[in-house]
Amino acid sequence: METFSFYAFAVLVLGGAILTITRRSAVHSAISLIVSLVGVAGLYLLQQAEFLFAVQIVLYIGGIMVLFLFVIMLVNLDEAAKERQFNGQWLIALICATVVGLQVAWFMTKGAGALKLAQVPVAAAQTGAPVSPGNVEAIADVLFSEYLLPFEVASVLLLVAVVGSVVMAKKRI
Amino acid sequence: MDFFLLSLVKAGVVAAVLLTTLAYLQWVERKVIAHIQLRMGPSRVGPHGLLQPLADVIKLITKEDLIPPHVNKFLYLLAPFLAMTMALISISIIPFGGEIEVFGTKTWMQLTDLNIGVLFILAASSMGVYGIALAGWASNNKYALLGGLRSSAQMISYELPMSLAIAAPLLLLNTLSLREIVQMQSGYAFGIVPRWSVFQGPFPQVISFFVFLIAGFAETNRIPFDLPEAENELVAGFHTEYSSMKFAAFFMAEYANMITIAAMTTILFLGGWHPIFPAAYGADFVAPLIFAIAAGVCFYHGLHPARRFDRITLPVFGFVFAAMAAAFLIPALHDALIPLFWFAAKTGFLLFVFIWIRGTLPRFRYDQLMNFAWKFLFPVALINLLVTGLMVALF
Repeated sequence: METFSFYAFAVLVLGGAILTITRRSAVHSAISLIVSLVGVAGLYLLQQAEFLFAVQIVLYIGGIMVLFLFVIMLVNLDEAAKERQFNGQWLIALICATVVGLQVAWFMTKGAGALKLAQVPVAAAQTGAPVSPGNVEAIADVLFSEYLLPFEVASVLLLVAVVGSVVMAKKRI
Repeated sequence: MDFFLLSLVKAGVVAAVLLTTLAYLQWVERKVIAHIQLRMGPSRVGPHGLLQPLADVIKLITKEDLIPPHVNKFLYLLAPFLAMTMALISISIIPFGGEIEVFGTKTWMQLTDLNIGVLFILAASSMGVYGIALAGWASNNKYALLGGLRSSAQMISYELPMSLAIAAPLLLLNTLSLREIVQMQSGYAFGIVPRWSVFQGPFPQVISFFVFLIAGFAETNRIPFDLPEAENELVAGFHTEYSSMKFAAFFMAEYANMITIAAMTTILFLGGWHPIFPAAYGADFVAPLIFAIAAGVCFYHGLHPARRFDRITLPVFGFVFAAMAAAFLIPALHDALIPLFWFAAKTGFLLFVFIWIRGTLPRFRYDQLMNFAWKFLFPVALINLLVTGLMVALF
């Protein structure tokens, strides 16, 4: 059942991703991207990371992609769809993708032991260890103690982006 | 097998009750609005228009299901069912009452309990935007597109104060599971004041209660926030091009969202199925008393010679209400019905408030809507969250 779910979500992710870059209509591309993100959320759920699952849906699907769709619907892209596409550099893109793919594959085979983050709950369940306090508490503990500085740096970065967008959008403040 | 069968029965019961409520909510709304405006409301189909929902459903099902020629077929067909699915899915984790025993099997009056319950509701409601946005785009109609755009902008804007308003009581309750949220609100301070979030110390959540309710109105596209379907500007907004059952699907989604918001308000702020004052002071007798009074009123009016039209219906309802009042007093049913009554009473009252406000307030202008969300509701919710966090940390 779990293997089947994994492959089902994997098909969603990859199929959505391929459709995102091949559709000519921008709205269709955005919807394919949503399908892909739903697949990613499903994969989180399979890894027992239910908090990430919920946040993925609330933020990416319910927030960011709605804004994407909103902008695409406002801007008239019908003319843009008929023009020549900006995909002349496919050779360079192919090389980059191959290199990154090789890198990922190499790390997957060499550093398999390092990927134990997701396996912890499964291992704990098998050895009959006490039930973990839950994914939400676990993430909060790690985020606000061990990774507090990166967390704050990331939030400052987002603030910079927000201020920057306001400055660019408004001539006079 | 037992678990599977039990879940199936529970799902069936909940679905049947929910869909009936959806249909009759519309009847209630039309009746209440009519009486606010000194009209009669639906009164032709059945006694007091009670069969009106049935007539509406038959009409909608048998209408021609027209697909306009210029629409994007796939998205046009997908949108209403996306909206309805996401609206109905939330009910699966709403707890209606405590643990009960049916024929020797213990079970909770809830379909399932998730440890991320609150986030799940937020996720489902944020997915619901797509139904409306895609309906607007796929219809290939300028009014529908404008309605869809307005709706998605409005929903994104009001989701922020809503999430912040939810976060504040969660600081007090310290859990995301809806069942535990209700359990945390049991008991009474000083023996009489219920420990609901709206009354609970160190910082009563009255402000976030109102912020949540207002944002809930906006999320469900109800008056005074019904800009997406403002009929004097946009014909019918995002569902202009829809007919038959697809049109009905949008309406069902709207009413299902209303029920979800009312139920969530009850659970988060009003203590779910817990009575408003302790059972020691006779809270268990409120339900039978209300139904007995209703039965008495029905009998009086039904047997009054001036109301010959109602001489069959009202006594029949009198018997039904009297039977329900008696059911609350049977010890075997008592444990199941009393929590259910309190939950339904609170949710029902909030649904009445939804309708009441629709009959009272005019529609916002669009800039007023956005200013209200970003310049008033959002800062208020944020400050409320900060103060709550400070109080929780201090006390």
